[in-house]
Amino acid sequence: MPKRVEINIKVPSQTRYLAMIGQIGESLAFSLNNYQGNRRELAYHINLCLTEGLTNAICHGNNSDPDKDVHITISASDDDLVIRIYDQGPGFDISARGKTNAQPCDEGGRGINIILKLMDNVKYLQENGVNVLEMTKALQ
Amino acid sequence: MQIKINEKEETVIITVEEERMDAHNSGNLKERMLQLFDEGKCQLVIDLTAVRFIDSSGLGALVSGFKNASARDGSLKLCCLQPQVRSMFELTRLHRVFEIFTTLEEALEGQS
Repeated sequence: MPKRVEINIKVPSQTRYLAMIGQIGESLAFSLNNYQGNRRELAYHINLCLTEGLTNAICHGNNSDPDKDVHITISASDDDLVIRIYDQGPGFDISARGKTNAQPCDEGGRGINIILKLMDNVKYLQENGVNVLEMTKALQ
Repeated sequence: MQIKINEKEETVIITVEEERMDAHNSGNLKERMLQLFDEGKCQLVIDLTAVRFIDSSGLGALVSGFKNASARDGSLKLCCLQPQVRSMFELTRLHRVFEIFTTLEEALEGQS
């Protein structure tokens, strides 16, 4: 594998693309030559965090407007894997969301907490007028 | 979402015939369960043998079914979870909410 793999994807804000992009994340996890951990688990977690982040960007950020794009970048090296998901919505306070655990019988509200549990570093920033969810997984 | 519905006495067995349950298809399962509740069918077993991947939206659809079944004095039980799917219930602590069975037969026995 070269020093760093960069994947750049842009799709309309439609949930029909979730499976395809999750699968790309899984395939990338299986292609990491020097990863010593449980590869199957890593692949599942990358698929899951991509799916949760994208669902958030499509449904809440872009309000499922297919005229708005969601932009995703995935960057992987021997040290870490970084996923960035850009949306054009009003944004939200990730630290406040992360503090609120879904009650056992809540139907929603688990997505961000799942990301926070599985990734090593999670930020939600504003960059040039768009929101960016940045999720980093350490691979060493 | 592709699902198959079979009835065994008062129990409705919903077999999910998809590898993925996510925000794209979980709404269909939720709607189908609501139709069953409207028909007075509230003893459900969901067979997840085929499901390899579930996200928070998939879990949310199952929670919706569980709440609606419970509100009607019925039940919603799960069976045949693949290890990664099972791990999602543990990660979100939903394994404490649902009755989860290894096989369909055990789920059906637990129903009576």
